[in-house]
Amino acid sequence: MFNKLVLCGASALLMLSGPAVAQNAAAPNDAQIAHIAYTAGQLDVEAGKQALAKSHNKAVRSFAETMVRDHGAVNEQALALVKKLHVIPQDNTTSEALTKQAGEKARELGKLSGDAFDRAYIQNEVAFHRTVNGALSGTLIPGAHNAELKSLLETGLTLFQEHQKHAEQLEKNLR
Amino acid sequence: MTVRRFLPVRSLSLAVAAAVLALPPASPAAAAPRVHTIVIDKMKFGPVPAGIRSGDTVIWVNRDFLKHTATARDKSFNLVLPPRTSGKTVIRHSGTIAFYCIYHPGMTGSLSVAK
Repeated sequence: MFNKLVLCGASALLMLSGPAVAQNAAAPNDAQIAHIAYTAGQLDVEAGKQALAKSHNKAVRSFAETMVRDHGAVNEQALALVKKLHVIPQDNTTSEALTKQAGEKARELGKLSGDAFDRAYIQNEVAFHRTVNGALSGTLIPGAHNAELKSLLETGLTLFQEHQKHAEQLEKNLR
Repeated sequence: MTVRRFLPVRSLSLAVAAAVLALPPASPAAAAPRVHTIVIDKMKFGPVPAGIRSGDTVIWVNRDFLKHTATARDKSFNLVLPPRTSGKTVIRHSGTIAFYCIYHPGMTGSLSVAK
């Protein structure tokens, strides 16, 4: 169930944040937006867990712990909304593409170690948060109708912007 | 006999009077420690109350569903604040005390503490 939820939300995120946005005629409804919020968090939780399994850098590990904790906390909120909104996960080809892409990134990172892993992980975190924040501010928040959902997304955006800045600072420090 | 009994008392009175006279002029009463509150909400430290003095207590209220800290850059306090909890710290020295959240370094603020 969760996997399907992740797949569905991730696909929407890709469509909303990438070049496919112009081809995506249908704007997401609140239930889909809640899925997307959940998915974005879940993907970063997985990335954080990979970093915790591989990195020995204190600052990188601390950042990864924060990602796992924060995105996990946001997901609890998003999941409650998903339940409240009676969302039915819907798998699709774009979600499969994102899953494939995420899998490739995880395998790529899995081959690295030490400083090379730390740099690649943090670089990916900068890019990931930049993408998510672009989708949140450009499409998801303006498109949300439910006040609770909009509030959660706004809090999420503030949080993810902080994550992005944190990652960007780490990226500089790791050079 | 009676006189002898009163003599020590009289001496004591004189001694007390001398001690009182020897005291410096009375100073204004020191302000009693006060309690201030700073609220964390939506990834931000709320307004910092004015008039904080050394010895006062600051209560930190975390309204977020996220874990935060209230951490002094001079290491004078470091409070971990789980989601939707509060904690307190006694401010032990005067001056400007910058603080931040360890987990979210962009969350910052500063206390202006008088003596």
